[in-house]
Amino acid sequence: MPKVKPHRTSPSLDMTPMVDLAFLLVTFFMLTTKFAPEETVVVDTPSSISEIKLPESNVITLTIDNKKRVFFGVDDSKTKTQILQKVAAKYGVNFTAAQAKEFSNLPNFGLPINQLGSYLNVEKEERKALNAQQPGIPIDSLNNQLIDWVMEARRANLALFKKQTFIAIKGDGNADVPTVQQVIKLLQERDINRFNLITDLENAPVATK
Amino acid sequence: MAEIQGKADTGGKGGKKRAKKMSTKIDMTPMVDLAFLLLTFFMLTTTFAKPNVMQLTMPVKKTDDVEDTKIKASQAMTILLGKDNKAYYYFGLNTPNDKTVPKPELKVTNYSADGIRKVLLDRQRQSPEPIILIKPTEDAKYKNMVDILDEMNITNQKKYALVKVYKDDLDLIKESGL
Repeated sequence: MPKVKPHRTSPSLDMTPMVDLAFLLVTFFMLTTKFAPEETVVVDTPSSISEIKLPESNVITLTIDNKKRVFFGVDDSKTKTQILQKVAAKYGVNFTAAQAKEFSNLPNFGLPINQLGSYLNVEKEERKALNAQQPGIPIDSLNNQLIDWVMEARRANLALFKKQTFIAIKGDGNADVPTVQQVIKLLQERDINRFNLITDLENAPVATK
Repeated sequence: MAEIQGKADTGGKGGKKRAKKMSTKIDMTPMVDLAFLLLTFFMLTTTFAKPNVMQLTMPVKKTDDVEDTKIKASQAMTILLGKDNKAYYYFGLNTPNDKTVPKPELKVTNYSADGIRKVLLDRQRQSPEPIILIKPTEDAKYKNMVDILDEMNITNQKKYALVKVYKDDLDLIKESGL
């Protein structure tokens, strides 16, 4: 028998299918990527073994940092536009259309409503410097703006999406308990009894019984 | 790398100028490089990771005609979250005004696996099953609160409540000097 000759293949192979796939994936990721919004305040959340994930949408995030400041954030920009109108009307503050548009792009904020306008007038890049000085949303019983934001956001979300809103509390590990409890108490007074505490994941220990 | 192949030399014989025959194959390597670069970039920046949450359900607001649920002293266990990551605990009830109830013995521990978790697991082996009252003091950190709620999940403790701290409990800490 004659020796079987090895089939000689050209070293350059057809890359077309690979490129097709690569571009398909690029397109997919480009369209689905939602860049994480820049945080106004950096908080270091404590860890827990809970594996429940935060829901995708309809989330109000109340950030509490270690200087007793409370920040309010809601995920949908349509909701934000609506609540700004409502809350502004309640406190007799007026916002221009440009300010309202800026507000709808804001991930979260921690300002009393009368300071919000001047903050929105500042250029986006320069706001970063101001973020450290945000005093937090007033939560004391005399001037309780936080509850207005939360209630209006819940109402707007319900009207827009016909779904209940989740309240997520994102507290810094070193935040003090009285502030957290005050926030929880305020919401409880309005019959909001379910909270999601945002935590980091830690490995579950093997419970020895 | 990126040259277009097949630039055939037609030989300068002054003949008819032919249209240059171009090969249809081009080198795709740079394009593929770019495609994969973008692919990697978008894959890494995509926020897949949704944050984890711990669910906390507080009791519905109390109306005046509903009384507080009474807890038997044999079931009650109180954890006080103190400052400097200290966790105080005692069994039974703390009612200094009621002389028939003996004063509970306050103990101190920490939030580690050998600390409060061990205490909880030991207590759970005894009957009746405990009901845990968690009372964060003003000096406690939010981290402590999350830690103790997490311990409830770890030890499978079903009945627990986050309640306000009373002056009696603060006095107990002060007296014990722990």
